[in-house]
Amino acid sequence: MSNVPNDLQYTAEHEWVRREDDGTLVIGITDHAQQQLGELVYVELPEVGRALKPGDAMAVVESTKAASDVYAPLAGAVRAVNPALTAEPELVNTDPYGAGWLVRLQAADSQLTGLLDASAYTALLDAAD
Amino acid sequence: MPFIPHTTEDTAAMLGAIGAHTIEDLFDEIPAALRVDGLAAVPVGLSEAAVTRLMRERAARNRATLCFLGAGAYEHHIPAAVWEIATRGEFYSAYTPYQAEASQGTLQLIYEYQSMLAGLTGLEVSNASLYDGATAFAEACLMAVRGARQARARRIAVPRYLNPVWLKVARALVAGQDIELVEMAATAGRTDLDALANLDGQEFAAVCIPYPNFLGGFEPVDELTNWAHARGMLVIAACNPTALALLKPPGEWGEKGADIACGEGQPLGIPLSSGGPYFGFLTCRKALVRQMPGRLVGGTVDVDGRPGFTLTLQAREQHIRRSKATSNICTNQGLMVTAATIYLSLVGSEGLRRVAAQCHANTRDLVAALCSVGGVTAPLGPFFHEAVLTLPRPVAPVLQQLAAAGILGGYDLSADFPELGSAVLVCATELRIAEDVAAYRLALAGVLGVAVAA
Amino acid sequence: MREPLIFDQGRPGRRAPSQAPAVAAATDDLPVGLIRRTPPPLPEVSELQVVRHFTRLSQLNFSIDTHFYPLGSCTMKYNPRAANKMAMLPGFLDRHPLEPEAHAQGFLECLFDLQEMLKAATGMSGVSLTPMAGAQGEFAGVAMIRAYHRARGDSARDQIIVPDAAHGTNPATATMCGCAVVEIPTGPDGDVDLAALRQVVGPRTAGIMLTNPSTLGVFERRIAEIAEVVHGAGGLLYYDGANLNAILGRTLPAAMGFDVVHINLHKTFSTPHGGGGPGAGIVAVNDRLEPFLPIPIVGRRDGAAGHEYRWLAEAERPKSIGRLSGFMGNAGILLRAYVYMRLLGAEGMRRVSGYATLNANYLMKRLADAGFAPAFPRRRASHEFIISLKDVTRDTGVSAMDFAKALLDKGFHAPTTYFPMLVPECLLIEPTESEARQELDAFAQALIDIRDLAFKDAAAVKSAPLTLPVRRLDEVRAARQLDLTWQSRTDSPPVRLPQTPN
Repeated sequence: MSNVPNDLQYTAEHEWVRREDDGTLVIGITDHAQQQLGELVYVELPEVGRALKPGDAMAVVESTKAASDVYAPLAGAVRAVNPALTAEPELVNTDPYGAGWLVRLQAADSQLTGLLDASAYTALLDAAD
Repeated sequence: MPFIPHTTEDTAAMLGAIGAHTIEDLFDEIPAALRVDGLAAVPVGLSEAAVTRLMRERAARNRATLCFLGAGAYEHHIPAAVWEIATRGEFYSAYTPYQAEASQGTLQLIYEYQSMLAGLTGLEVSNASLYDGATAFAEACLMAVRGARQARARRIAVPRYLNPVWLKVARALVAGQDIELVEMAATAGRTDLDALANLDGQEFAAVCIPYPNFLGGFEPVDELTNWAHARGMLVIAACNPTALALLKPPGEWGEKGADIACGEGQPLGIPLSSGGPYFGFLTCRKALVRQMPGRLVGGTVDVDGRPGFTLTLQAREQHIRRSKATSNICTNQGLMVTAATIYLSLVGSEGLRRVAAQCHANTRDLVAALCSVGGVTAPLGPFFHEAVLTLPRPVAPVLQQLAAAGILGGYDLSADFPELGSAVLVCATELRIAEDVAAYRLALAGVLGVAVAA
Repeated sequence: MREPLIFDQGRPGRRAPSQAPAVAAATDDLPVGLIRRTPPPLPEVSELQVVRHFTRLSQLNFSIDTHFYPLGSCTMKYNPRAANKMAMLPGFLDRHPLEPEAHAQGFLECLFDLQEMLKAATGMSGVSLTPMAGAQGEFAGVAMIRAYHRARGDSARDQIIVPDAAHGTNPATATMCGCAVVEIPTGPDGDVDLAALRQVVGPRTAGIMLTNPSTLGVFERRIAEIAEVVHGAGGLLYYDGANLNAILGRTLPAAMGFDVVHINLHKTFSTPHGGGGPGAGIVAVNDRLEPFLPIPIVGRRDGAAGHEYRWLAEAERPKSIGRLSGFMGNAGILLRAYVYMRLLGAEGMRRVSGYATLNANYLMKRLADAGFAPAFPRRRASHEFIISLKDVTRDTGVSAMDFAKALLDKGFHAPTTYFPMLVPECLLIEPTESEARQELDAFAQALIDIRDLAFKDAAAVKSAPLTLPVRRLDEVRAARQLDLTWQSRTDSPPVRLPQTPN
């Protein structure tokens, strides 16, 4: 069982997206994803200012078992990355939707197209079991 | 049946348990059209005594010679204990240490090796080794391109007097990844600093600096290091490990030190072995550790808090990253690393320094002795344990005649570096005592038809 | 008892004086700015301390010489001592690689013979001995395939097809050669999905990388059709020789339709694993790819006094993909493989696959009868087979990893775990032909006993191993708090300058 908050949007690659009041998007990986990976030992984040297209490999999350790419769900420029993850990559495990956020994007397009809502993402997880 | 322990009874009982009549039944899933009856072209098996006889006869056809040849492989004294211990079954027939609890011997040894190589090169981390010096150099180039800030810089600047075979190997290995190795201009046996300006306007991920270079001499390491760093390039040092006991290590070059060091580890306790197996070493600054290919051993603790060792950062490696791996390398030269670690422990810091100093002194004496033969000159500057000599005649026939007299005179440079003329690269390690040098001098005089005082 | 680090056993000024020159030669003619000022942090210990330390370290290891090692895909068979002794004869061991060929005829003849025997074992017409590991052999194979297509003017072929069960080196190699990887699924019976294959082949197909028997431990029964599909689309077939032990002398990769093969000499031909290497990954090819073989290659011609052996000159191999090593590959490993092959002979090689397959099928039957779940119960085992522990895991929480650790306590090295990734909680078991029946029975009993314990006291199994020098190690900590050298430890003493030595 994994936690899927209702107020977020999701991708089929197990990322979540939250739109902030200032119009930026915060992105991370879901509870399901962090469970699959195991305890993270390292997170590789993009450079601030980098321009991303949807599907670009944006970050890498590394555990002892696996290293997975995290993909940009939408086009945008990187405004900020989570500085706490250098010292504490395990925040992604303990608080994947909060303190374990990865990247903040300035979206190129104000519309959040092509994302799944919480029930669609949950259905996807259930189908995979 | 060599190495098959099964008796007829065993085989019958096992087939009975499976429910098959013959061993051939077990292959019934292989389509008949694909089957062969055996390997006709392979000779009949021999007893161990017969194979021993065969191999002794073949080994005896390889004539012993007095070796003044280096060019990437060096004859040093190897303490007897090194291979006695390295070929113990517990090291020789052990597998890769994936089950860490059952491999603490190998893992601790590799940790000690990593410590020694990092320290020798003056850098912070080392991997568990690569196949050989040439491929370590290729991997260092790939690593520099991965670690480079500028995405377009898929280019490495290499000096003219880098080992020519290493350059060929690197080109073969990086060909599929669109990376270019660009030669820098040279003068008087080393990179021409005045010609560096010609490279302005091109972007490079790194420069490679051999140490010593292929001619045995010294590149301007500090100037090149600072030049590279000022342009945002990484510095790759390609070093002889014996020399590092005597000479300033790459970590202390220029203002900031080199970023990556690589080289051929054969001089550290590995016999010449007709060309292999050897091992390549690769060390780097801590910031680049995640770009480093190959295996890494790290210290940790077990559930009781007891210290131990395990393979770490494996997520970088092929078996986890698969198509995103930093390289496809799946091994390290475990047995050779075992020998090298024992070697370095036996000679120690002072011992290795003395070996290096003696190599230098013996080569100096060799050069002086051979230059006393009319027509032989030493045209270049300071050297470590190899030096360039020019001869009054073409090199190849001279070397041939020396070989017939039981002397491996050196490496013919004239094909790779025609600008040096009739040039030969000679080497004297700590094993080449005064009598050996005298024998070479006399033989060379004979071949050149020159009279010398005895 | 823990063995301290060698560095921690040293004392300032202690050394082994007989291992270096008695006097330090003068070096003041060297450029002053290049002289090393601080000595490297190498150990300061006596010769006895060194011998004792490394002997003790060796005793902390499992090895084939001491333990049964049923590691699937690794072929941990007996490494004959004769191979080591012959490879270390002074005539081979003390020889500089660049010595004139006239002085190396014995060595070159061994290599030439080895090339010929490897051609026979694979059905191929050309061999290069130079790749230094399986992964390098793979690189050579894919690079040759690309070179072949380019030489025909077909540079658009940049896709390599790989089954989802493939070993991790396969896709990594494809990427190194500038190719994209296309994965195809495996069917429920262990065969590659032919329909899926037909979908993905096309004008961008450079080739396919397969092993047969596959990593699932079963023979790819429709290999002839696979070859037809791939060749028909203009691609070539690459054979990963990791599992050659299963079919040696029974079928040939060439007969199956493969164009290029790499063989892991450290698997099938019993060269030592050495704690992680060195290996050798020779490549064998058919006529199509022969011009592209990596160099050097040994040639033979008839001279006045009989056969003359020589290295083929670069100029004679203009289409070669180039050199892959500083000299000619892992010569000493090649000699060991050669000795092994001469000891076996043709009939011995056929016996290898026969008894390896007998052992695997017997062990699989013993475990199936005891209630374990082979992944492909209706198929013959090749030289290895998979059992899935997922039901035990579901019922007790004890995983394949836990079984592996518990086996260590029982004096067996664990089988390969979690590979191939397709089968959950799997053990890939390869007994090899070297093992006697009683070893297999003891191993089966050990697995049965561990399973029984899992149901009675899962925590006991999960706490294994208990009898080894260390218990389970904190791998997260090893990755997060990198401790890769002695000198980086904050509690290690600072580097001392050497005292006046004895």
